[in-house]
Amino acid sequence: MTEATPMGTEIDNVLPHSADKRWFGKSGAMIGLIEIILLVMGALAPLALPDYITIYATRVLVLCLFALSFDLVWGYAGILSLGQSLFFGIGGYAVALIARDANIASIFVVLPLGMVVGLVAALLLAGFLLLGRHPTSVVFVSLGTMTGAYAADRFARGSQYLGGQNGIPSIQLMTIGHYELSEGPVFYYLALGILVFFYLLCRFMLRSQFGLALAGLRESEQRIAFFGYRAQHLKAIIFAVSGAIAGVAGSLYAFHEGFVWTNMLGVVMSTQVVLYVLFGGSGTLIGAVIGTLVIEALGYWLSNAFQDIWPIILGLLLLLVIMFRPAGLISFVVSERERVGSFGRPVRRGGHGSA
Amino acid sequence: MALLETTPIQKSFGKLVALDGATLTVGESEFHGLIGPNGSGKSTLMKCVAGAETPSKGRVKFSGIDITRHSPAARARAGLTLKFQITSVLPALTLYDNILLALQAKSSLMGLMFSRSRGALHDRVMGMLEQFRLAARAYQPASALSHGQQQWLEIAMALATDPKLLLLDEPTGGMSLEERRVTGDLLRPIKQNCSLIIVEHDLDFIRDVCDRLTVLDQGTVLCSGTVQEVQADPRVQEVYLRRA
Repeated sequence: MTEATPMGTEIDNVLPHSADKRWFGKSGAMIGLIEIILLVMGALAPLALPDYITIYATRVLVLCLFALSFDLVWGYAGILSLGQSLFFGIGGYAVALIARDANIASIFVVLPLGMVVGLVAALLLAGFLLLGRHPTSVVFVSLGTMTGAYAADRFARGSQYLGGQNGIPSIQLMTIGHYELSEGPVFYYLALGILVFFYLLCRFMLRSQFGLALAGLRESEQRIAFFGYRAQHLKAIIFAVSGAIAGVAGSLYAFHEGFVWTNMLGVVMSTQVVLYVLFGGSGTLIGAVIGTLVIEALGYWLSNAFQDIWPIILGLLLLLVIMFRPAGLISFVVSERERVGSFGRPVRRGGHGSA
Repeated sequence: MALLETTPIQKSFGKLVALDGATLTVGESEFHGLIGPNGSGKSTLMKCVAGAETPSKGRVKFSGIDITRHSPAARARAGLTLKFQITSVLPALTLYDNILLALQAKSSLMGLMFSRSRGALHDRVMGMLEQFRLAARAYQPASALSHGQQQWLEIAMALATDPKLLLLDEPTGGMSLEERRVTGDLLRPIKQNCSLIIVEHDLDFIRDVCDRLTVLDQGTVLCSGTVQEVQADPRVQEVYLRRA
């Protein structure tokens, strides 16, 4: 079927080539560079930081994992899940309950449990919101997920069993064999390891041909349906994976903080994760991590330096970035072309405007 | 047996009757032109075949199977593909990825996750791009192409799914004369594997490319036959003169 015509260039020469340079102007390997720099910084941080900051940084790493889960659905599949905290919170509550009532805190049980609970919750919600007979609108899905999170929040507040307003306090320490994992450098490296593991997993998935299908989904759901893709199934799958990752993050968070409470389930946490990802830049994975790091670091510093008005300053900064850099902080260094990426074989740009 | 057959199709939008018993029959390896004045029901008939609209009455049969109620995705898997009237290549993706996206649609989920067909499809992607004279720009985003080239890319994407029947809605819309001529050249070689239905205003292009024509007027078939038969039909001339 490849009747290649040698006259292929005949038309090319007539048409403008001016657009070429713009796309290859910026170097194509920024994301990889940033990933390595952040990883090295992350690995060395506890050596340089006092313990109380390492503890704070551990919480930030867990939030990075949570942000990753939101970037997966919003940045890659175009599903605006405004109730992402539902999966985070359910994961947290599930492990808190099993620790309280069954006295189980082994990492080999609680993390998989958090993951499965997040996955199942996301699948159930996807069944309602994504898998109908007709494709559902972004607004419907975002309101639906938000309602889910809000309902879970209200339910937890009202439930004696779940500790009502106060949540479940003083959860025992997570254990690895006989070792008890308290806050500090060890927990930090555990969180870092888990974050890197899931980051690499997402990266592998998103750069595969499945990632290309998702890119098509984000660009035009209707178009790829005409190719024969089951677009709604793709959405449900990525939604479930994202729920599973949020569940792991929630269960880590529960053991690190030593308690769970209703805000983990509700709109507050959901909004926070949206801000992390918008601020850093959606659709790059690393943007979600950067957004979380920067917002949390700024918040920490501002709350010390300007005790009364720091939320206002932080809010203004967020607003400025979202107004003037809608693609987030990452867009200062990463081109749109690199953000979208390329899914075919590794590109050899022999003499093709690569200068 | 014809590749595509319909019983008389009715389609109304509220009180407006768009199709009033129009039929369409397309054989294998046949380029079939669908023409008629504005508002004659060409696009609606096309949409009923493609699955974008469901007929109020009438059935659509493809390869002997009744597909009247199949979703567009199910039709695509059966071998019936559509190129949209408005170009809908995915502008942010490279040309290469646009084609790959179409080619890999039949892969299993696990196959996609582990990129099992990426290597195997490479030659086919480049083959399609060469066939449509786009290989030199394989790694540029589709948004950088001219309008005419985007149309070709879209035809290439549609063909990449290996359809038995491809629907082209105004493939030369907005093209220069030269681009129209090349489009005809690009389409001819696919006839061995694939039939076409073309809706088009450019009658010269239709005459040049198609084997058979169906002329619609006010939702019914005015006449249908080879290009010569249709051209000789006085009713057709009358309809087109009336419009002018």
